[in-house]
Amino acid sequence: MSILQVSDVRKSYGGIQALAGCTMTFEEGAINGLIGPNGSGKTTLFNVISGYETADAGRVTLRGKDITNARADQVFALGLGRTFQITRIFPRLTVLENLHVATQRRGFVGQLRSWKSGAERSRAMEVLDFVGLTPLAEEPAGGLSYGQQKLLEFAFITVAKPSVMLLDEPAGGVNPTLLRGLADRIRSLNNEGITFVIVEHDMEFVMGLCDRVLVMHQGCALTAGAPAEVRANPDVLEAYLGSDMREAG
Amino acid sequence: MTAIDVTPKGAAAPEHIPYEPPRQIRWTSTGLLLAFLAVFPLLFPNPAVTSIAVITMIFLVAAIGWNIFSGYSGYISIGHAAYYGIGQYTVALLALHAKVPAGWDTFGLLPVAGLVSAVAAVPIGFVVLRVRRHTFIILTVAVMFILQLLAFNLVSWTNGSGGLEMSFPTWQGSYFNEPFYYVGLVAAIVACAASWWVRRSKYGLGLLSIRDDEDRARGLGINATRTKLIAYAISAFFVGVAGGLYAPFIGSVYPQFGFDPTFDLAIAVLVFVGGIGTLSGPVIGALLLIPLQQYFYLQFGNANLYLIAYGVLFILILRLLPAGIAPSVTQLWRRALIARRRAAARSPAVPALAGQSPAGQSPAGQSPAAQSPAGGLPGAPPATAAVPHAGGDEVAR
Ligand SMILES: Nc1ncnc2c1ncn2[C@@H]1O[C@H](COP(=O)(O)OP(=O)(O)OP(=O)(O)O)[C@@H](O)[C@H]1O
Ligand SMILES: [Mg+2]
Repeated sequence: MSILQVSDVRKSYGGIQALAGCTMTFEEGAINGLIGPNGSGKTTLFNVISGYETADAGRVTLRGKDITNARADQVFALGLGRTFQITRIFPRLTVLENLHVATQRRGFVGQLRSWKSGAERSRAMEVLDFVGLTPLAEEPAGGLSYGQQKLLEFAFITVAKPSVMLLDEPAGGVNPTLLRGLADRIRSLNNEGITFVIVEHDMEFVMGLCDRVLVMHQGCALTAGAPAEVRANPDVLEAYLGSDMREAG
Repeated sequence: MTAIDVTPKGAAAPEHIPYEPPRQIRWTSTGLLLAFLAVFPLLFPNPAVTSIAVITMIFLVAAIGWNIFSGYSGYISIGHAAYYGIGQYTVALLALHAKVPAGWDTFGLLPVAGLVSAVAAVPIGFVVLRVRRHTFIILTVAVMFILQLLAFNLVSWTNGSGGLEMSFPTWQGSYFNEPFYYVGLVAAIVACAASWWVRRSKYGLGLLSIRDDEDRARGLGINATRTKLIAYAISAFFVGVAGGLYAPFIGSVYPQFGFDPTFDLAIAVLVFVGGIGTLSGPVIGALLLIPLQQYFYLQFGNANLYLIAYGVLFILILRLLPAGIAPSVTQLWRRALIARRRAAARSPAVPALAGQSPAGQSPAGQSPAAQSPAGGLPGAPPATAAVPHAGGDEVAR
C-alpha cells in the first residue's frame, strides 16, 4: 500500500526546472531508496513534501490526506519528518538540548516541566550513545564536525520518531564502521513499522538497505523497482553516465 | 568563538567539563545579591540614591521581561514600550476611575497592568510575528508609535498631550521611595523566576530552538507561531508591570513618556551588555547600566553629555566582551578550568588538583567582579553571571 504519493509536482527556480511533473509513490512499511544524478531534484522533492518549499503545481498526499503546501509543523504532526543534506541543527544549543528539541511531549503540563525530566531522557541518551556523541553532550552543537552534525541530525530524527522519515544523504561524511550501524538502526526502526525514504549517493549502502529503489532524472521519475532490477536497468545507467558524458564533452 | 574551540574538533573531552559554574557558586552569589538588594535602602537611605534604585528596579523588571521574548526567541523587539505605556495608562486610568486610593492599593493594580498588556499583546503579536528580522523590528516600532498616536488622540480617555495626573501616596516624606523599591524588587524576583522557568522548561527549549533555526524547529513539530506568541505575551506582562510601577512613582502619564521610543533602546542596550538570551544577562545589565546612566544624567544632564558618556561605556563593554558580560564570564571560567585540568594532567605531581571540585576555589581566569558585590553600586553580580547562551543548568551525569 502506498503511504506517500506525489503527483505531477512542479517547481522551478527562475529558469531552472527542479521538478518537472514528478509523480511517485512510496510504499508503506518499506525502506524506499531515492537516487538520481546531482541536480535531479531529490532534495527539492523532499523540501516540497515536508513543507519547506511550496510546489508550483501538483499534489502531495500522505495516507490519502492532501498535504500539498502544508506548513512543516503540520506535516510533522501528521507523522512525516526529515533530515537535511546540508545539516540543520541548532548551533547554540548543546548536543543534548538538540536531541530534546526533537523529543515529543504532549499536553500543557508536559510543556511546563523541565525539558530534562520525563521518560524521553533515557531514549535520548541511548541514541546519543549510539551515534557516539555522549562525551560531547554538553557542548554547543555548532562546534561539531560535519560528520558529527550529520549523526546528530540522524539522532534527533530517530528520537522524534515520525512514522515516515525522509533522510537526505544520511551516510554523507559518516565513517564506514558507523555506517553499518546506521543501516542496522534504520532496519530495526523499519521493523517497528517506520517507512523510510532515503536519498543517498553511496550505491552500496542504498542497494544493500532498500527494499525498493526509485530513480529521478531531470526533475521527473525515471523508473522504480527492486534494487537488482534498477541496477540492471540501462536507462538508469544512461541517466548517470549521460550527464557525466555531457559534462566531459 | 565558544569554549569548544579549546578542545580539538571531534576529540571527545577526556573528562566532563561542566558547561557553567557549579550550583553552589550560582546559588551563593544569587543569595548574596538578593541580600544586598534587600538591605540596599537601609545602607543608602539618601532619597537621591533610592530614587535611582527605584528606576533601576523598574528597568530590571522590564529587561527581564523583554529578554524572555527577545532574548530566548531571537526576535529583537524595539516596540515593547507599547506595553510599558499600556501598563502606565492601565494603572492611571483605573486609579482615576475606580477611585483606587494612592499608596499600597495602587500596587494592587500591577497584576492588572500586566494582564492588560499581555492580552493586548496577543492580537498585536499575531500580526507582527508573521514577519522576521528587520521587518519584525520595524513593525514593532510602528505598533508602538500607533499606540502613542492613539494616546495623543483619544483625548476623552487619555487627556491627550495634557497627560494624566496621579495623586501621590500618603507615605510621602523621607520614606517616599522605599515602598516602590521593594515592590519593584518583588516584581523583579517574580520576573526572574518566570525567566528561569521558561529557560528550563520543555516549552522554553522550543523557544530557543526557534532562535537558532525556526524552520528546522517547525520540522520537528514545534508550533513556532504559538510558541512565539506565548513568550511575547509573557514578556508584555512584565513590561506592563514595569510601566504600572513607573506611573504612580512619577505621578503622571504622558503619551511620549508612556510610549517612549528610547525605552526599548535602553532595554536592548542593557540586555546586550549583560548577555542576551541568558538568565542573568538582563539582571547584570540593568544593575550595572541604569544606575550609571542615572548618575551620568545627574552629573552632566543639562547638555545631554551623559548620553555621550553612556555611549562610550557601551562601546567599550561590547568591544571587550562582544557576547555580553554573562557569557564572557562563563567562557573565561570554563577556559580556566580546562587549562587547569590540562596542567594537572601534564604534571602528575599535583594529581589532587585534577580531582578537586571546581567549587572549591575561584579559577584564575575568572573576573574579579565575581568575587563580591561590594561598593556603592550594585555592581556586576557574581555567578548569577554564569548562565551561558545555551547551557543546561546542571551536569548531565
Ligand atoms: N533554492 C534554490 N534556488 C535555485 N535553484 C535551486 C534551488 N534549489 C535547487 N535548485 C536547483 O534545482 C535543481 C535540483 O536541485 P536538488 O538540490 O533538488 O538536486 P539533488 O537531486 O538533491 O542533487 P544532489 O544529489 O546534488 O543533492 C538543481 O539544478 C539546483 O540548482
Ligand atoms: Mg540533494
